Amino acid sequence: MRLTGARILMECLRAEGVEVFFGYPGGVVLPLYNTLGEYPDIKHVLVRHEQAAAHAADGYARVAGRTGVCLATSGPGATNLVTGITTAYMDSVPMVVLTGNVARDLIGRDGFQEADITGITLPITKHNYLLMRASEIAPAVKEAFHIASTGRKGPVLVDIPKDVFIEEAEWDGYPQGVSLRGYPIMDVPREEEVARAAETINAAKRPIVIAGHGVVQSEAQHELVEFAERSDTPVLTTLLGISGMPEDHELSYGFLGMHGHFYANMAADRADVVIGIGMRFDDRAMGRFSDFNPTAKIVHIDIDPAEIGKNFKTHAPVNGDVKETLSRLLPQIDRNSHPEWRSEIDEIMAQHPTDYIEEGTGLGGPWLVRALAEATNGEATIVTGVGQHQMWGAQYYPYTKARQWVTSGGLGTMGYEVPAAMGAQFAQQEPIWSICGDGGFQMTSQELQTVAEHNLPVRFAIFNNGFLGMVRQWQELFYANNYHSVDLGQPDFVKLAEAYGIRGVRATTRAEAMQVFRDLEGYDGPVVIDFQLEREENVWPMVPAGAALSETIESAEDL
Amino acid sequence: MASRNTIVAHVEDRPGVLARVASLFRRRGFNIESLTVGHCEEPGLSRMTIVVDGDDHQVDQVCRQLFKLIDVVSVQDITYAPMVDRELALIKVSASNFNRREVLDMVEMFRADVVDVDADALIVQVLGDEGKVDAAVKMFEQFGILEMVRTGRVAMVRGTETTKPPAISDSQQAAAAIRAMLGRRPEGALPFASD
Ligand SMILES: Cc1ncc(C[n+]2csc(CCOP(=O)(O)OP(=O)(O)O)c2C)c(N)n1
Ligand SMILES: [Mg+2]
Repeated sequence: MRLTGARILMECLRAEGVEVFFGYPGGVVLPLYNTLGEYPDIKHVLVRHEQAAAHAADGYARVAGRTGVCLATSGPGATNLVTGITTAYMDSVPMVVLTGNVARDLIGRDGFQEADITGITLPITKHNYLLMRASEIAPAVKEAFHIASTGRKGPVLVDIPKDVFIEEAEWDGYPQGVSLRGYPIMDVPREEEVARAAETINAAKRPIVIAGHGVVQSEAQHELVEFAERSDTPVLTTLLGISGMPEDHELSYGFLGMHGHFYANMAADRADVVIGIGMRFDDRAMGRFSDFNPTAKIVHIDIDPAEIGKNFKTHAPVNGDVKETLSRLLPQIDRNSHPEWRSEIDEIMAQHPTDYIEEGTGLGGPWLVRALAEATNGEATIVTGVGQHQMWGAQYYPYTKARQWVTSGGLGTMGYEVPAAMGAQFAQQEPIWSICGDGGFQMTSQELQTVAEHNLPVRFAIFNNGFLGMVRQWQELFYANNYHSVDLGQPDFVKLAEAYGIRGVRATTRAEAMQVFRDLEGYDGPVVIDFQLEREENVWPMVPAGAALSETIESAEDL
Repeated sequence: MASRNTIVAHVEDRPGVLARVASLFRRRGFNIESLTVGHCEEPGLSRMTIVVDGDDHQVDQVCRQLFKLIDVVSVQDITYAPMVDRELALIKVSASNFNRREVLDMVEMFRADVVDVDADALIVQVLGDEGKVDAAVKMFEQFGILEMVRTGRVAMVRGTETTKPPAISDSQQAAAAIRAMLGRRPEGALPFASD
């Protein structure tokens, strides 16, 4: 059968089981939009800015555990995606990004709305394609989904010139497989690597696990718990590893890093064997590299061989998929117990709990996250922006189910909270709670229109401190209180919501906040909540920039 | 510990592959001394010889990051392998009736070739490893070098061993082959062991 490039692309999306994608039209993708009506089973969500299309696909992918898809036109449409693609790239989120480009004979001539998007995205995609014939579409899309969703996941961009959408090619079904010689699947670890890891772990007296996003992505929560129990190893997570370990488990000690728990940072710093699982020893997690626990032996399990040994010398490298590796490792792990080591950490935890909840009636960030946790039974899916609210969301909500926590960790993208929550809502029925910064919310609030159109039950909880809070905290602590460009004016968020036809509410006291939570039970539309926070609260504990984990401070007096 | 390292990579012969490799080097801050690319025994593949500056750890990172590019089929660090490496230089030397004989003696000494002759200049072609080419350039300088061009290094492992990439058929096998190639540094199969 001969089909146009546009139809072939849509047939491919259908064959991939894509149920929703996020996009914005423009001249060169008109041939594609012309066919969308014939594919009603593939829901196209019209966003209000292409950045939001990328973040929405990303949020959807993280919650659904599937590959997210977004679409933009050439030139400015494509370049508007860049922040969203980079966000997904840094956090290894599977995404297929479709862009249109100018017609083939205009490529390279700086025609209207031409941008070299494959060139621009070279360093921020796992791979990308510029297709010059309609017959290349099906194999390329097949490869794109394969590459995005296997190995270390990530965004793959497919750029299609306008006339390639129109050109016809033979369609004889979606390709069955891919043949990518330079991309072998590296899921299964080498036996000798697993054995060396097991030996190191079995000999450990003070082992610690640091679990990362890889645990969530390879859906290895169960294997991780079994590993921890068998070896009696306390488990920390990275910021992105949150929800990979159920936090109600007695071996869970929360996340480590710049605003991680004091006891988590100390445990990592005092362990004799550090077992990194599906993580990349990032500087925000590990503090100053040169002073991170110099005597620890490092066991590192990761799907990406380039991560192993990148930042730290590794005693036992294991290259493999987390789930696959843990299930091979488990039988070789001795049943062990480390009561002294655990009580040492428990003691630190008892003396240095993360419990900065102040007495009073006003709204503090930590109090509000705790209250939210109670109101939602600890079961909500939380999406955040970047800043203080993000850190409080990480610290005070008890995550137990994988994929319950969605945040921009690697890139730290403000404005992520609105579109990512919107995209995530397409992956589940239960309302998504978006913990928003008043700064971040203002970056992408145009998507309230999209949210309203689809009547998505997202709860946008604006942690409104009237400041770019995290920057203000740094100016207070490290720039002698010299506040500049952080005191943020803002619209009336309730009226703004109402302007979009969305329910808007405000809470300024704890009692009002509790009332809001009660009022919203059972409400199935979108809501914007303006939680008016105390303005100058700080996030503690903290590892100052460039300091070691062992130098974690718990208040400004420690500086 | 060599500071100049020789890496051989086989890449799919596709548009943009050089840009991908270059982009990777730039982004990661790796220092390319030279990069030569051309056809090899297998149609559809190109073979790159890349010379990079850096310590063992950096070179291992280069190899691992390179291999992550989808179009890169294989990567091998042959710095420590017995190998033959060659560079070619074309040197335009000023040579008049007064000194042409001396220049030709020098050409002889380096077993170089004269590939173009003019009343006031000669083009000398020097072929050899980097050291030999360096030495030749230095010696010809006394006569006056009008222009010079050097190719980067090309290299090949001695004996029957090859750097040819694994065949496509079995992904598991390919993974194993790739892992065996990566980290083939003096420490042995497990790189970065801290003891
Ligand atoms: C796109 C972008 N621009 C700038 C920053 C730098 N930055 C990090 S946190 C922050 C303040 C965030 O303010 P807000 O959204 O109100 O959250 P808060 O810290 O007050 O909770 C800024 C400006 C960023 N992370 N992302
Ligand atoms: Mg704020």
